Amino acid sequence: MENLVMETPEQTVLERLEKGAAPPPEAELPPVRTFEVKNMSIWYGEKRAIDKVTLDIASKAVTAIIGPSGCGKSTFLRALNRMHELTPRTRMEGTVLLNGKDLYASTIDPAIVRRRVGMVFQKSNPFPTMTVGENVVIGLRLNGVRNQKLLNERLEKSLRMAALWDEVKDDLHKPGTSLSGGQQQRLCIARALAVEPEVILMDEPCSALDPIATAKIEELIYELKSKYTIVTVTHNMQQAGRISDYTAFFYLGRLIEFGPTTKIFTNPSEKQTEDYITGRFG
Amino acid sequence: MHFERAHNHTWRKIKSALAVGIAFGSAIVVILPLGLVFCYLLINGAGSVNWDFFTKLPAPVGVVGGGMVNAIVGSLILLALAGVLGIPIGVLGGVYLAEYGSARINSVLRFLADVLNGVPSITWGVVVYGLIVLRFKGFSAYAGGLALGLIMIPLILRTTEEVILLVPNGYREAALALGVSRWKTIVHIVMKTASKGIITGILLALARVGGETAPLLFTAFGNRFWNHDLSQPIAALPLQVFTYAISPYDDWHRQAWAGALVLVTGVFCVNIFVRILTRGKTASV
Repeated sequence: MENLVMETPEQTVLERLEKGAAPPPEAELPPVRTFEVKNMSIWYGEKRAIDKVTLDIASKAVTAIIGPSGCGKSTFLRALNRMHELTPRTRMEGTVLLNGKDLYASTIDPAIVRRRVGMVFQKSNPFPTMTVGENVVIGLRLNGVRNQKLLNERLEKSLRMAALWDEVKDDLHKPGTSLSGGQQQRLCIARALAVEPEVILMDEPCSALDPIATAKIEELIYELKSKYTIVTVTHNMQQAGRISDYTAFFYLGRLIEFGPTTKIFTNPSEKQTEDYITGRFG
Repeated sequence: MHFERAHNHTWRKIKSALAVGIAFGSAIVVILPLGLVFCYLLINGAGSVNWDFFTKLPAPVGVVGGGMVNAIVGSLILLALAGVLGIPIGVLGGVYLAEYGSARINSVLRFLADVLNGVPSITWGVVVYGLIVLRFKGFSAYAGGLALGLIMIPLILRTTEEVILLVPNGYREAALALGVSRWKTIVHIVMKTASKGIITGILLALARVGGETAPLLFTAFGNRFWNHDLSQPIAALPLQVFTYAISPYDDWHRQAWAGALVLVTGVFCVNIFVRILTRGKTASV
């Protein structure tokens, strides 16, 4: 587990300053960056899904990625923890730095990347053969943690962070799939939190949930950003407005506009962004 | 016009009824042999299925009584030997087909497995006879187990592949996104989710080879006595039934009926067990 030791983003910035490569002080860009994506292009076979995207993701903040279906936002998200590599015949160009380290360096094992950059999916997917409790700690178990005391601690901590503990503390031995849809999604968040990642990627985490369950997840995202860097893909414009600090608008695989959410939603620089946000297309 | 329409409608109804009738008839034809076989076996064999049948060795010709305990145990030993070979290779091969490999190579492997599934079982007996029996100069339990195991491999391989492909991709992604390695994801998540289907495939393959006679003719050979040495010929239930059925003695015929009844009942029970097993709550597989 040595590789999992967190580097604080602040350190990385200092390192960069020492090297004399300080980022340009632009007020609109994230001050402390967890990810620095430079010139990222991704192909599925012949089809180009992402076209030269350069984007920084702020530390301990929520970055929302919006755009019409097929604009590459999910691909971009999945490229942040190398999940897109599971699709056959993918090719990637450009660099992705996580706290200054190249995620795509040949010496980096994708499994290590994914331990540091967790993911929550559109459709909640608790493992059907496992109980609520087993679901939460399975990541630790399969990564070699045997200490039962540590597992129990992490179980409660993760469920509390996912705002699920009070609802399931008496049902830890029931199947994970017996929970309600919203609870299942929070269970999946707890499962992702249990391996103590630095970043949580969320691919439309609320799109299968009712408004009440959605509100709970949104509240949770707001709580979690004090500890984690969060990147979320959403189709829901209001949601992006409510929960995110930064918003990136993708269209046809390209990053059209990126900036603080308040600016993107009130005073976008690009016509396309404005049209999309106001619902004129997309 | 109106009349014509009504007529048309009647004719359609008749055609529909005909089609349903033919389909129903075909279904009966499918079920009928099973029912007949089972009834016939009950009539002829039930009288000889008794405690002695399960506990005693075959009696000499002319001596009343005797049983087939050696053949029943022999069959179980052969199935165990076959399982040791067929289950790991079949399951791992199925995992490979479902999770690894390129599409082209996998389609070739899949085709070859299907061809192997269609090879007449006596062929396996001859193959093992040539490879093992001739070389080691003797029939043996090992040779019989090998022949049955070879039949099991492609059966288990294909069912394992199919049930593993049924596991939704979301579970694989969820595990991989936790930083779990590919292999651990397959073993602890995918195979665990598909475990009922995999076990079903194994049980059905065991039931299938448990009733095989032909591959044992030149391999296990059969034995009228106890045998605890696996390098020696061993008795098997279907083989004993075969030997007894073609003998000229009435009391051996009765024993053969009893053996066949026990065999069919065994296969029947395995299938029912599989049905109960697969009725469980995990709807994914």
